[in-house]
Amino acid sequence: MDDFTEEQIERYSRHIILAEVGGKGQKKIRDASVFIVGAGGLGCPAGYYLTAAGVGRIGIADVDTIEISNLQRQIAHSTKKIGMLKADSAKSTFEELNPDVKVITYKERLSSKNIMDIIKDYQIVIDGSDNFPTRYLVNDACVMTKKPFVSGSILRFEGQVTTIIPNDGPCYRCLYESPPPRGLVPSCAEAGVLGVLPGVIGAIQATEVLKLILGKGDILKGELLIYNALKMSFKKMKIPKNPNCPVCSEKPTINELIDYEAFCEVRPY
Amino acid sequence: MGVKVRIPTPLQRLTEGKEEVEASPGTIIELIGDLEKRFPGIGERISESGKIRRFVNIYLNEQDIRFLNNEETLVKDGDEVSIIPAIAGGDNRNV
Repeated sequence: MDDFTEEQIERYSRHIILAEVGGKGQKKIRDASVFIVGAGGLGCPAGYYLTAAGVGRIGIADVDTIEISNLQRQIAHSTKKIGMLKADSAKSTFEELNPDVKVITYKERLSSKNIMDIIKDYQIVIDGSDNFPTRYLVNDACVMTKKPFVSGSILRFEGQVTTIIPNDGPCYRCLYESPPPRGLVPSCAEAGVLGVLPGVIGAIQATEVLKLILGKGDILKGELLIYNALKMSFKKMKIPKNPNCPVCSEKPTINELIDYEAFCEVRPY
Repeated sequence: MGVKVRIPTPLQRLTEGKEEVEASPGTIIELIGDLEKRFPGIGERISESGKIRRFVNIYLNEQDIRFLNNEETLVKDGDEVSIIPAIAGGDNRNV
């Protein structure tokens, strides 16, 4: 414990007292780095809790600015920050909560050109994106670089979470081989979302990340957790590894990142 | 007794908002045909030319049918079928 200050020992005392964390675990958390895709409904709570937990370095990517309709659920932002970049707003909120944490912002759109270069500096990735092209880009990039990631998604009253450990379990393409064509699945703007739902899902994503850092407990590897807020039900479905998966099988057919945006738009329904 | 079919959020507007509907036993593809008769439009959202779409998964109880007998998987009285499509969520389209 000698390289924690007294104030830090006090700050993390409720962690340190847990046998599963302890001083050793808290050091692992401090030395960890997590990249969060999106400073929206999922990225805000996930990043907020990981900041509180004392994760040493957090990267957060978003090119959007805050709109008043975001504030019903995106809890790192506030009314006086409307119009500000979400990444900047999240950074200031997180740093105010815990000055031990270094927050790095990425205000460029994630693409096949920059994602590899960004994620190489991080240990774990959280996908809190809101669109399929990014979701598949993150999956493929993480599989290709063997980076664990926690995928979360939400719609109306329902959320899904799974944790992907490349080379040791299925990937997102084993679950859903290819993205739906544009327009077939409604977005939250069209379908609505209960504001607290991403809070639950984002907090579950943060929980998975902390267990990965600590190497404790059971993670959602090979399982899809489905939460229904209306029914207050949690269901786990098994995700088998697809032996013919285009990206994580022994003979992958996708060996480089694709321009998914174009790919999704040209497919007619 | 019939088969309990769990309808996912994005398709509930085709089932008058119902989250669960009953269907007759048979193969998965017959079950989808049965749903289509009662809830027109649902069939093509789930399948295309007799095949389940690649962004939709169907679970018989908790098993993915791709690893059972796919569209030909037999569903019996008392079974539960869940239709789980990929969702993306959020509305900040510019990540």
